Amino acid sequence: MKIKQISIFLENKRGRLYEALKALAEEGINIRALSIADTSEFGILRLIVTDPEKTKEILEKNEFTVKLTNVVAIAVKDKPGGLAEALKYLYDANINIEYIYAFVEKSGEKAVVVLRTENLDKTISILQEKGVTILNWDHVLAL
Amino acid sequence: MTLNNMIWNKDFECMSEEEIKKLQLERLKQTVKRAYEKVPYYKKKFDEIGLKPEDIQTLDDIKNIPFTSKADLREVYPFGMFASPLSEIVEIHMSSGTTGKPVVAGYTRNDIEVWSEVMARCLTMAGATKDDIVQNCYGYGLFTGGFGVHYGAQKIGAMVVPASAGNTRRQIEIMRDFGTTILTCTPSYALYMAEVAYEMGVEPTTLKLKAGCFGAEMWTEQMRREIEKRFNLIALNIYGLTEIIGPGVAHECIEKKGLHVFEDHFFVEIIDPDTGDPLPEGNRGELVFTTLTREGMPMLRFRTKDITSLKRDKCSCGRTFARIERIRGRTDDMIKVRGVMIFPYQIERTILEVQGVEPHYQIIITRPQHLDELEVMVEMSKETFSDEVKHIENLRKKLEKRIEETIGIRVKVTLVEPKSLPRSEGKAKRVIDKRSLVD
Repeated sequence: MKIKQISIFLENKRGRLYEALKALAEEGINIRALSIADTSEFGILRLIVTDPEKTKEILEKNEFTVKLTNVVAIAVKDKPGGLAEALKYLYDANINIEYIYAFVEKSGEKAVVVLRTENLDKTISILQEKGVTILNWDHVLAL
Repeated sequence: MTLNNMIWNKDFECMSEEEIKKLQLERLKQTVKRAYEKVPYYKKKFDEIGLKPEDIQTLDDIKNIPFTSKADLREVYPFGMFASPLSEIVEIHMSSGTTGKPVVAGYTRNDIEVWSEVMARCLTMAGATKDDIVQNCYGYGLFTGGFGVHYGAQKIGAMVVPASAGNTRRQIEIMRDFGTTILTCTPSYALYMAEVAYEMGVEPTTLKLKAGCFGAEMWTEQMRREIEKRFNLIALNIYGLTEIIGPGVAHECIEKKGLHVFEDHFFVEIIDPDTGDPLPEGNRGELVFTTLTREGMPMLRFRTKDITSLKRDKCSCGRTFARIERIRGRTDDMIKVRGVMIFPYQIERTILEVQGVEPHYQIIITRPQHLDELEVMVEMSKETFSDEVKHIENLRKKLEKRIEETIGIRVKVTLVEPKSLPRSEGKAKRVIDKRSLVD
């Protein structure tokens, strides 16, 4: 149920984000979700893409530092409190969230959110138990 | 592995301080006289400042003698520093000329005898006796390493295997088949040989090696531990240089608390590389040597460019000769930040320890106000990159902390993308000094 996310180390330098995205565009890689964590000196670009392995290869060829990380994608109701409800289950189970961001597209009436927590297996089992929709890779590709 | 403490020549190596000084002064006077009378280069230098050989009346007077640099030696290439006629010179060695003309060293028969004597002392420190087999993997040829060890081993009466450098598989076979007990080579070659031995299915600890004299390049305590562990031997540090005699200027005893300088043949000083002033005992500075018995090529106050310090406290091995600490760097690579000597390799080693991979880094020195600031840019490696900001921040802080602990100065570490630091010939330019010293 985990999906592969690609993380890229970026210096806070003019054009670096553009260069990374351009390299992907040229190879026909489509981005489904994206987020940037930034500090004053560097940033980490996180992407959900159609072909993570190939993306890693392309970026490494272009001298980027890249890592594949497991994350969980969940679908929540696209209405006030939809996400809060899912997060409450994790809060109650004492699971810390490392980071979270949303998909560019919606899945029907639902919004898709990417999560990385300190314990992914536990996260999955708790959310499943509570009936939260967890997307597998095929779902993500179909979005 | 343990070694017995053995001393080749107690009469000299264990002399009292008073005796050493008396002998040194006598020999210094002879050397200065010989240099002045036989080498036009020295005569000119002395005359320029109105110095006469007779002016040297105490050991302290040595500080009035001008320094000799490697550049000076190149200028008189090839034989301009010789104090003996070529008919008296029986051997020639040469230092590599990677940064200009090479330096040629000439030896009289007596010089070779002195060289054999000091090298015999070195090998004895490593436990060599006439019953030992010395495998000498220093290069034989113009380089001094091969012949120096060879003469010393023969003086002792050990069996010397003149293996020279290279053909590593054969080296391992010889070691195994002959039962080599003492290994002499560069420390990096020793580590390489251990790897090749594994590849050949030879477990290096099963070899009969008991000790090794390693030198001719800068190395670290970590490398020593590694070599000792891989081969199960005692690894000792040897120091020398072509300009003075070759290997055998100083060597570590089994106490491993610095390298004893053979002060009956070489007068040692530590100076401030910027001012040329002698530094008090224990301070780090540039190593300077004056030969005391050399006939073919007397050397007065030769600046080695090697950075070390000198200790005179009593060594438990019984030798009274002063000790230099392991060479810490070269004046060429040294940077002074807030008055503190720093070498890029110190920073490099620290990054390597933290990151676990060969780092690409750059040191940038600035002086925004009145105080020097040090920034170290480190390229992020695939191995250490984490998807989480806090891990990267921790890495950065850890690097800052460890570098500060090593060099004693606060630094700012910036993590940059791989291959983003400029490289020339595949190697990054390590230091960028942006300090403007104009007011």
